[in-house]
Amino acid sequence: MTFHYDQARWTDDESEGYEPLLSEKDETTVGTDDVPLPDDLKRDSLSLPELSEPELARHYTRLSQMNYGVESGPYPLGSCTMKYNPKFTEDVAAHPAATVHPDRSAGSVQGTLELYHRLEEQLARIGGMDAVTLQPPAGAAGEFVGILVAKAYHEANGDDRSEVVIPDAAHGTNFASAAMGGYDVVELPSADDGRVDLDALEAALSEETAALMLTNPNTLGLFERDIEEIAGMVHDVGGLLYYDGANLNALLGRARPGDMGFDLMHYNVHKTFATPHGGGGPGAGPVGVAERLVEFLPSPRVREAESGYELFEPERSVGKVHGFYGNWLVLIKAYAYIARLGDEGLADASAKAVLNANYLASQIDYEVPYGPFHHEFVASADDQDAADVAKRMLDHGVHPPTTKWPELVSEALMTEPTEVENRRSLDQLAAAFNAVADEESEALSSAPERTSARRIDQTEAARDLRLSWHALDG
Amino acid sequence: MSSRNEDRGSPFAPHTTDETAAMLEAIGAETVEALFDIPDPVRFDGEFDIDPRGEREIRTELRHLLGRNDDLVEFLGRGHYDHYVPSLVDHLADRSEFLTSYTQYQPEITQGFLQVLFEYQSMLVELTGLEIANCSMYDAATALGEAATLAARVRETDGHRVLVPDLLREERRSVLENYVAGAGLTVESYPSDDANADLDALDETIDEDCVMVYAESPTVRGTIEERLGEIGESADENDALFVLGSDPVALSVLEAPGEIGADVVIGDAATLGLGASYGMGLGLFATREEFVRQVPGRLVGASTDAHGKRAYTLTLQTREQHIRRERATSNICTNQAWVALRTAIHAATLGPSGLVDLARDCLEWPADLADRLDAIDGVRAPVHDRHHFREFVARTDQPAPAVVGDLESKGFAVHAVDDHLVQLCVTETNADRVDALVTAFREAAR
Repeated sequence: MTFHYDQARWTDDESEGYEPLLSEKDETTVGTDDVPLPDDLKRDSLSLPELSEPELARHYTRLSQMNYGVESGPYPLGSCTMKYNPKFTEDVAAHPAATVHPDRSAGSVQGTLELYHRLEEQLARIGGMDAVTLQPPAGAAGEFVGILVAKAYHEANGDDRSEVVIPDAAHGTNFASAAMGGYDVVELPSADDGRVDLDALEAALSEETAALMLTNPNTLGLFERDIEEIAGMVHDVGGLLYYDGANLNALLGRARPGDMGFDLMHYNVHKTFATPHGGGGPGAGPVGVAERLVEFLPSPRVREAESGYELFEPERSVGKVHGFYGNWLVLIKAYAYIARLGDEGLADASAKAVLNANYLASQIDYEVPYGPFHHEFVASADDQDAADVAKRMLDHGVHPPTTKWPELVSEALMTEPTEVENRRSLDQLAAAFNAVADEESEALSSAPERTSARRIDQTEAARDLRLSWHALDG
Repeated sequence: MSSRNEDRGSPFAPHTTDETAAMLEAIGAETVEALFDIPDPVRFDGEFDIDPRGEREIRTELRHLLGRNDDLVEFLGRGHYDHYVPSLVDHLADRSEFLTSYTQYQPEITQGFLQVLFEYQSMLVELTGLEIANCSMYDAATALGEAATLAARVRETDGHRVLVPDLLREERRSVLENYVAGAGLTVESYPSDDANADLDALDETIDEDCVMVYAESPTVRGTIEERLGEIGESADENDALFVLGSDPVALSVLEAPGEIGADVVIGDAATLGLGASYGMGLGLFATREEFVRQVPGRLVGASTDAHGKRAYTLTLQTREQHIRRERATSNICTNQAWVALRTAIHAATLGPSGLVDLARDCLEWPADLADRLDAIDGVRAPVHDRHHFREFVARTDQPAPAVVGDLESKGFAVHAVDDHLVQLCVTETNADRVDALVTAFREAAR
């Protein structure tokens, strides 16, 4: 029932590893004698691989075959929302007029600015916000903008606050973003049902609270049903409520952060709106805000004037968090994806994501505490090591869940199938879970066997740091 | 009857109605709506007013919309550059195993991307002459911000001043200020002398309270900074980090920063691999090995697998936000890995010969164009008596905004620096339009 899977493995007899490094295929040293610069300003020579185009085409094709993507198989990485990425959005983003220089005059890039403006407005409606900036180049950059905006807002009110409250199960970026903004973090313990503990929240909030950062549904896949009361408590002490958009895929068309009392939020367009995550990025993290925060948004913003679209600086702008306008090509893909789905498609994406999570949770042999779930659930491997479970699942041709987080669940397997898997594929995923659940620890600790590399020694990588081909022996 | 709900729902949720019914039965739920645990007061029953469209319709719509952009030949630079990206880059980087993958948390199944990133790091190590490079920051501006907070962390004594050139792009400075404010640092500028650092003025302002001195080469005016070694010495004498901004094409011929005392090199590495892209970038970040545990962003290291063969993995993840949380070295999670892939393929396609050739062109083209503009009555170019890379500033007797506006109406985009200064950037993407530009410039400058 599970997939038969063998990942491509390219080796070279002369190499001690798998596909040789470019530097092991060639290293050519080129002089700079004919470079028209004084000697004291230029290097003598440059040493890098010099290979033909066919050789490079094979190198990177082999490497791609030794890599796993959403189109290789299921990718239920909890909290990361890895969806299928439609192909046509790549073509749309490759349009020559999309690649204009960022210093062009506004009058000469009216198409770009109109598209920018349309996406801002659509995201604002989807989130129930009054205005959106597309500038942040990632979700965590969006969080950082949220922190900067919150700080600017409080300072404009003559209010010097020092703390940001964050639930213990929140994404790690929340903590780091708050710290980057100079705030002390107050960690909020979760209640026994996995949700915000209102008594603990009461104790954590004070006149020092600049903001509460929250995602809803939370990282356990649970909807914070007391959200109105939570918002009221935060607002009562003069704080702002920040929405971490990482889990927005569960809510499209059914609830909006703005309606729940959130004052500001970020959107992860590569998660919710299916733009490729490219092995770690780029993504984009637009930020939406309520009316009273609009004047603090990053500069520049786009507005429609009589003569066309123009750029302007908000009155009390926090300034910039990206050198230009963010990850523009990703934003075009998000616009195209939203256009493809429309209102009903967006709502259906959430419906099927929630259906899939609940179905998969009902089909696996691992215990799944808490519930009811939205887009993801956290199972417990309990008497197995979750990291070993993940390694063994690789042998079944599926990407494993996120492991060992959140820590509220022992040996956590945080699973988010998304809407792009159908029943057949979910059954195969469940079969992979269940096959691994039945295995002894010896079998698990030697996994994986069918991937291009066998179990990799993480300790060695950290102890004996070799971070470039210059650092390799011989 | 089994049917897919393509007309009414997401075309990418591949459920048949039968499957949906069977799944609901397995869960024990009546409807999908019943699975949503959302209290009535916060339920949304409105509309977004977004009509679904077909692929062809959206392609047409966006072609028309983006077609409203004027078709100008861009001679624009100032820290963001357009180089021709070989077709090989698009075709290989768009292979779905690369494009649709996530961060390499499971290294055994993501060796391909890890090796690419290891090779990317290695190329930057060669170009910068420093020992380590990370897998990417968002862009040059955010890399500069991260460099400053790194400086504050690694410096032995307290200090709160960050020194930057007065000609630094305003946008880059704004990002830097946002990044350092939370760490209690302030940004101050030191003056320039003919677009290079004014060393005497720098020596007067630098003191023990400085955590970092930043310089760029090429500068935002396109000049090559001629006294980097001395800037580094001044920084070093005051226990401040010396951070240099550059890019991989320039570094192909310039003296390796590591050789002249740079502690960190930042910049935009997407000068290779991405094209203009309305300012989307790839933050380059390289530094000394002694700072490795304080480096922001991801690092790929070599290790061995259970076969005893060399394999790659993300390493030192304990510095990162998902483990150290508020004590992490940065909040970065999503980065620009796929752009790094593109940059690595582009660099490999050029090879050392191609890189040095391209860099030589970047020295010769602007010099030639400056000579030709200088021959026009009412124009003096270049304004700065320096070596230039890709771009230079010219003085016009006519008001610069009028000259720039006139050129735009003739199909050319150039930058107005101030009342009588314009800036022009030449690469292989516009070199064949230089004759036409010179003709237009002669008319515009009249």
